[in-house]
Amino acid sequence: MTIGLNQYLIVAAILFTLGVAGIILNRRNIIIILMSVELILLSVNINLVAFSAFLGDLTGQIFALFILTVAAAEAAIGLAILVTYYRNRGSIAVEDVNLMKG
Amino acid sequence: MITAIVFLPLVGFLIAGLFGRQIGARGAEILTTSFLFVACLLAWIVFFEVAEGALPASAPVLGAWFTSGTLKVDWALRVDTLTAVMLIVVTSVSALVHLYSIGYMHEDSSRPRFFAYLSLFTFAMLMLVTADNLLQMFFGWEGVGLASYLLIGFWYEKPSANAAAIKAFVVNRVGDFGFALGIFMVFVLTNSVGFDQIFAAAPGLANKPIHVFSHDLDAMTVACLLLFMGAMGKSAQFLLHTWLPDAMEGPTPVSALIHAATMVTAGIFMVARLSPLFEQAPAALSFVTIIGGTTAFFAATIALVQTDIKRVIAYSTCSQLGYMFVGLGVGGYSLGIFHLFTHAFFKALLFLGAGSVIHAMHHEQDMRMMGGLRTRIPFTFWMMTIGTLALTGFPFTAGYYSKDAIIEAAFASERTGSLYAFLLVTLAAGLTSFYSWRLVFLTFFGAPRWGAADPQAHAAHDQAQEDSTETHSEPLAHEPGADNAADAPAHNAHASGHGDTHAVEPHESPKVMLIPLALLAIGALFAGLAFQSLFIGEAGGEFWKSALFYGPGNHILAAREEIPKFAAFLPTLMMAGGFLLALYMYILAPGTSEALATANPLLYNFLLNKWYFDELYDVIFVRPAFFIGNLFWKGGDQAIIDRFGPDGIAARVVDVTGRVVKLQSGYVYHYAFAMLIGVAAMITWYLVGGVH
Repeated sequence: MTIGLNQYLIVAAILFTLGVAGIILNRRNIIIILMSVELILLSVNINLVAFSAFLGDLTGQIFALFILTVAAAEAAIGLAILVTYYRNRGSIAVEDVNLMKG
Repeated sequence: MITAIVFLPLVGFLIAGLFGRQIGARGAEILTTSFLFVACLLAWIVFFEVAEGALPASAPVLGAWFTSGTLKVDWALRVDTLTAVMLIVVTSVSALVHLYSIGYMHEDSSRPRFFAYLSLFTFAMLMLVTADNLLQMFFGWEGVGLASYLLIGFWYEKPSANAAAIKAFVVNRVGDFGFALGIFMVFVLTNSVGFDQIFAAAPGLANKPIHVFSHDLDAMTVACLLLFMGAMGKSAQFLLHTWLPDAMEGPTPVSALIHAATMVTAGIFMVARLSPLFEQAPAALSFVTIIGGTTAFFAATIALVQTDIKRVIAYSTCSQLGYMFVGLGVGGYSLGIFHLFTHAFFKALLFLGAGSVIHAMHHEQDMRMMGGLRTRIPFTFWMMTIGTLALTGFPFTAGYYSKDAIIEAAFASERTGSLYAFLLVTLAAGLTSFYSWRLVFLTFFGAPRWGAADPQAHAAHDQAQEDSTETHSEPLAHEPGADNAADAPAHNAHASGHGDTHAVEPHESPKVMLIPLALLAIGALFAGLAFQSLFIGEAGGEFWKSALFYGPGNHILAAREEIPKFAAFLPTLMMAGGFLLALYMYILAPGTSEALATANPLLYNFLLNKWYFDELYDVIFVRPAFFIGNLFWKGGDQAIIDRFGPDGIAARVVDVTGRVVKLQSGYVYHYAFAMLIGVAAMITWYLVGGVH
């Protein structure tokens, strides 16, 4: 069996679904939400690279590199927010993060 | 000069009212009083010039007020004989009352306000009497109403004073409503509100019908009745009189100035001023006669049994105003005005005298707490006696000329209702004499019913007062007796309850209060004698010139002279009878009055409760008004409009949001899930939609 575009896309879709499920089903820790967000981002990256390779257009791969950079920065900021949040509230359990409750 | 007369009080009001704090109470007193005396002096000069014919009737225009279509109204000061008479009445009494108030109000802390109000009243009254059109008259009319309201409620800490002020204002609104309608009607008929134009058009309007609600009515009669309704309200005539006795809550100088001498006579002045209109409406004049006669009699009967010294005089005023309307109603306009003129002197004298008594008794107004004051305050006693003589029509005093002239005219007149009025005013003359002398005897004669302090008796006095207000039975304190031992000391405790630091001993008032009394007494004694020929005698026509209008068929002044002797003597006989009866009941055989009161409890209570007019109005007007108000408030506004309107919508919004709020869990994953569902739904939509 040859590895074609379909297989790449399927992997990306599985990763994406896992990420979304991680956000929705996770009840414990905000760090896990951050990780799920990264997972979703990476699945998108896989799509970009796969399309880029199969269409012979380098733009997608360069785009993926940019996204990786941004994702790293974003993860750093997210973790920093989490740290300050923990300092302020003493907990990062998802159940406790409900300030927006009406 | 006329401008100065009218506007000096206004200047005084503005200065005393706006800068009262800066110039102080003494400054305000001196300023307003001296302005008034200057105005008074000028008014007398104007009067004599007009009387001699040196100053022709004129109406200089001060400026335009407003123009609206054909309705053009100017500010103008009309000067003719009628105005000149009113000018001297208003300014003289006002100046003397200002002077008197300096003494009477000397303990009050807001004297600048008091004097400002007095001057404001005087200004409004002068605007009223110098009006050259109905609207300017209405301006003054409402101005005096305002000043009256402010002055009745001058002691605004007293709830009763506030209630009385509101009552006066509201009852006057009823009359003013008629007055305003009358003005509208006159404008519709004559297309003008200026006096000259109206009077010129009046003869052509006689017997002209007007179509109202599918009825043909006589236009002039309707207009005059409406205008007279305003006069009834202002002059406290039968049915609209209820505010005047309550107005006695105000300071006594106010009662003298506004509720005896000037403002309440505005109605008489108005009818006299509009005599060209009323002459065209005989039916309206009959109505005036009947109302006047009724008021004269009915107010006099109430005055028989009142125990508050000021209320007796208030009802007396009401009654005398009735006389004036009878005089006007039978067509003798000069008779009404002449009685207005003399009445101003002796009624102001009586009120100021009563004020002096009240001052002497440390603000005790109940005659049952007085007695024996003749030797304590002799000057006031003599002044009150002169006032009483003039009021009852003792020969050659002021009232003798003016009141008897009205009774004679009522006898001589052939107008419908004049016989009724004649009988009632003749009876009222006897009643007047009785209640006036009763007042004098109760206040100045007999044993003193005031005395040394005794705290224990205070309770007894309170008890007695409660009894008297609740059951309206005249307590035995009327005459010297066993009760007085308890009552008299009680008065002292009562007085000290007022915070009075004076000794209880009645004392004569200061000179500043006695001088006005003396001047008014001169007026009360000699105003009739001096002005009789000018006002109602041979020289009358020349004196009044065109100020009063007599129709071609109106010979009342001549007819008055030709009545039989017995009719001419009747008032004097009634006066003597009333005097003798009062003398017998209160001096010679004390106790008779109580025996009479106990023998006829029904009649006695009927009179004591003022013919139950207040109760009647309470049932007819006040309670239904409250009921309707409650109905619309609780039923209409709260139950319907609020419930289905603002309150209902607000409640639904709260309900809906309450449910929506429950969706906001605050958990990120709930929001994320909702987003996912949304995105999935949109994609599904486009995929399915994209198939075809």
